[in-house]
Amino acid sequence: MTSAPRRPDTPAAGKVLRVAGPVVVATGLDRTRLYNVVRVGRRRLIGEVIRLSGEMAVIQVYESTGGLQVGSDVIDTGAPLDVELGPGLLGQVFDGVQRPLRTLAADDDHPFGQPFLRRGIDVPALSEREWDVRLTVSVGDEVEVGDVVATVQETPAIDHRIMVPPGRAGRVTEVCNGPVMTSDAVIWTDDHPVALTSRWPVRLRRGAKQRLDPVTPLVTGQRVVDMLYPVARGGSAAIPGGFGTGKTVHEQTLAKWSDADVIIYVGCGERGNELAEVLEEFPRLVDPRSGASLMDRTILIANTSNMPVAAREASIYTAITIAEYYRDQGYDVAVMADSTSRWGEALREVSSRLEEMPGEEGYPAYLPSRLAEFYERSGAVEALGTPDRHGSVTVIGAVSPPGGDFSEPVTQYSLRLAGTFWALDADLARRRHYPAIHWNRSYSLYELDRWFDEHVDRDWSRHRAWALELLGREDELQSIVRLLGADALAPVERVTFHTGRVLREDFLQQSAFDEIDAFCPLAKQFWMLAVIRHAHDLLVDRASAEDVDAAELTSSPVLAELGRMKLWSPESCEERARELIGRLTAEVGTA
Amino acid sequence: MRDRGLRVVELRTVTYVSGPLLFIDHAHGVHAEEVVEVVTPDGEIRRGQVLEVDGAKAVIEVYSGTKGLDLATTRIRLGGDSARLGVGGGLLGRMFDGSGQPTDGGPPPMPEEFWDVNGLPINPAARRYPSEFIETGISTIDGLNTLVRGQKLPIFSGFGLPAGELAADIATHARVVGAEQDEFVVVFAAMGTTAREASFFRRHLEEGGRLNRTVLFLNLADDPTIERLLTPRLALTAAEFLAFERGMHVLVILTDMTNYCEALREVATAREEVPGRRGFPGYMYTDLASIFERAGRLHGHSGSVTQLVILSMPDDDITHPIPDLSGYITEGQIVLSRDLHRRGLFPPVDVLPSLSRLMNAGIGAGKTREDHRPIADQLYSFYAQGRDLRRLIAVVGEGSLSPADRRLLAFADAFEQRFVDQDGRRPLTETLEIAWKLLADFGNDELKRIPPDMLERYRTDD
Repeated sequence: MTSAPRRPDTPAAGKVLRVAGPVVVATGLDRTRLYNVVRVGRRRLIGEVIRLSGEMAVIQVYESTGGLQVGSDVIDTGAPLDVELGPGLLGQVFDGVQRPLRTLAADDDHPFGQPFLRRGIDVPALSEREWDVRLTVSVGDEVEVGDVVATVQETPAIDHRIMVPPGRAGRVTEVCNGPVMTSDAVIWTDDHPVALTSRWPVRLRRGAKQRLDPVTPLVTGQRVVDMLYPVARGGSAAIPGGFGTGKTVHEQTLAKWSDADVIIYVGCGERGNELAEVLEEFPRLVDPRSGASLMDRTILIANTSNMPVAAREASIYTAITIAEYYRDQGYDVAVMADSTSRWGEALREVSSRLEEMPGEEGYPAYLPSRLAEFYERSGAVEALGTPDRHGSVTVIGAVSPPGGDFSEPVTQYSLRLAGTFWALDADLARRRHYPAIHWNRSYSLYELDRWFDEHVDRDWSRHRAWALELLGREDELQSIVRLLGADALAPVERVTFHTGRVLREDFLQQSAFDEIDAFCPLAKQFWMLAVIRHAHDLLVDRASAEDVDAAELTSSPVLAELGRMKLWSPESCEERARELIGRLTAEVGTA
Repeated sequence: MRDRGLRVVELRTVTYVSGPLLFIDHAHGVHAEEVVEVVTPDGEIRRGQVLEVDGAKAVIEVYSGTKGLDLATTRIRLGGDSARLGVGGGLLGRMFDGSGQPTDGGPPPMPEEFWDVNGLPINPAARRYPSEFIETGISTIDGLNTLVRGQKLPIFSGFGLPAGELAADIATHARVVGAEQDEFVVVFAAMGTTAREASFFRRHLEEGGRLNRTVLFLNLADDPTIERLLTPRLALTAAEFLAFERGMHVLVILTDMTNYCEALREVATAREEVPGRRGFPGYMYTDLASIFERAGRLHGHSGSVTQLVILSMPDDDITHPIPDLSGYITEGQIVLSRDLHRRGLFPPVDVLPSLSRLMNAGIGAGKTREDHRPIADQLYSFYAQGRDLRRLIAVVGEGSLSPADRRLLAFADAFEQRFVDQDGRRPLTETLEIAWKLLADFGNDELKRIPPDMLERYRTDD
């Protein structure tokens, strides 16, 4: 954040000239730079310079501007908006400009320890505590930018790697001895300290040696995602959907079950109670891979809808910068942004206060370029420095189109940028088909079939293609049935119609609230689909070979077993699938 | 509201008056968003608020309108403070106008403190997740879209639909199982409602014996439009005081938010702002959030603020910006249907587009009953299918339906007649009992949403 000016020159002081909502115009800041952080008024509200024009600096203020006067002081801190990076980030809740919300809420003795957020609060993001440091360099070594010089066990699952920040390459002249405090140095290069924590401007992407192609899926345990429309590690996905279609539940489900190392969940202009839910639920949930609490790998950035609108704009950058920092340590990070529309609206609100010429639907003309800057900060990379580290940032952005209409600008621009598109459908949500991701309107541009074939089963991609085709065919049949009734279908089509329903209800529907079904491992997904396909093939054989009533055929009692596969335990799923395939062959396969 | 502090400055520099706005010059020392008094040429005092300060100029919105103001003699008194409400236990049982002046003939209640009506955002990390079931006595809500303490749930209504009656029923019947009922209070804020609706509501609470546990803020249809921007904020400030200082469970009823949004649009238009969808300002989402997010429960505080918000969908259009933006902020919605209303059902709740996002936290074993969630899912699934079939038979006729389809069709009718429609308060146990009876015609293998063990325990076929 912003507590101390970085450059030694005396801070320039200006005066407020105009106040309109979150926008303040000041004069007298002639030495400030674009995107410098300023402190406004008696309460020292945090603001950021977003336009310079003649003698005037236009400032967006991250807190409510009520009570400011013409002539109030504006102090330039001389530094851009940045975040504090270091051990202690995991498990924390920050607002859009990285103020530690839990510290503020929990600490009764603290002057700001209150349930309501007061203005002008200035608290360091990382609290001061002692860390055990394991050094990986010694005095006399030459280190480059990005080299790992020390590690700290941040949580049971995450070994936090301290890297040489820009400008600190050189010869190690001194190292710390024993545990250090959060604000201490761990080594000295050419007699300059390299601290445990570092700062990084949020609007500047962190560098890497090279970008890698995204070829590994982010496994989510959600059948409709992993089987039909997977997202790659280092890729990006957009989830547009009207209200009540389950964006937030989906984002939270992915935050819980994705196999990323670090999850950054951004509540951007959304509901306060949703954050409260995450805060109550995540510490109790266990990460299936590490055995530790899910909160230990999660960082929450919370700028709810009623918190200042400009800080909402910053929250996305704060999140992605922290994500890049863990990526550079060699971790796979997933950023869940709920919702990018609220962020777009924050841009629009500030833009309209600046009296800029509005573009589409009042959004500023730079909306697509800002969205692109955000989505393009996702990616798989080889990090700078030694040892070799591969990390990735996957961005999953929820979009809240007004009226559920996907033709609006934020949805359209997001689609252009994201590699995976999960279309949430209001009609499915009304039928309580969750996740309400529409199978025929979603897509994934990542070529991950090979990975699945190699790592799960060589039939994975063939089954996937079969399921997609069948769902498409069922959709066509639906329109016939709607007009003419199911009797109009030929027996084989009746079977396709039936299997389509089985795929939708017994495979794609997945309860986020059921203990077993909430997370479906890849092997179980594969076997469930294999059983459904087997049943379908048997039924088609029967329906095309003999003169049987398709309705009677599909009502065979053993087929009801397909509806219970969801509740199979992952350990025994293959065994049970093989057993069911046998019974299907015996009971459905022959007359 | 009460006056407070010394009047520091008085200006007589009005340069321009238009619609709800007033522009002043030589406005040195004006604070952004401060509340001012506008003294009319006749000596009448009106309240206003600073919207923007720009050099020596300031823009003020006048809550009770600018009629009768002039440039020469109108005076502006600056107090340097934001709008405040004198809060205290004396608020209970009282009635105020939309700007907080008592209208029941009594003196202003003794204030214990003066609170900024804009409130402060709740730190999300200080929130307790809402999880206590409120029994409203309405089957479609309790059974399928459960309300919990600290939730904000709107009723999406249309003009002429009985949203007010539904809200009044909930306000009189709502109770939390196992809680002291005298901790439960109602704060009612009317924005631009008719005198008839307001008096209906008051009478309803009086008959229910809850009037002395109620605070009313009434901005009626013929009251000043811009005052409506203040009314819900007064009500929520009173509610926050009663909840978080006094440990009460407060149900806030806001009606009708559509009128509020129109007042917001009026001010935005007068300021010549860039209009968003249907002329509503681009910041309407943020503005509505600053109202709706003032609901919840807090760690370390026993009280709660629950919001029941009525809004009329213009032309019954759920994609209109007002219901649309509200739906993105609130935790679900109860949608009223003109079709059900026409057929004489009360309450005419269309459950398919209705939703309570916090339902799962408030129901289940130990809270309501273990079969609550599965049975709700099953009713939804069958009713959605039955409604589809209704559309289908309109095209192909009933003759082509299979016996299974016929049962779904019959289910949809029975569901509306026996579950949705009700007369008087219905406890949850009775709601669930009706639900099981409605499912009696279906075989166990058809009840896919209900686990077998629960079928065994709860099925009451006889």
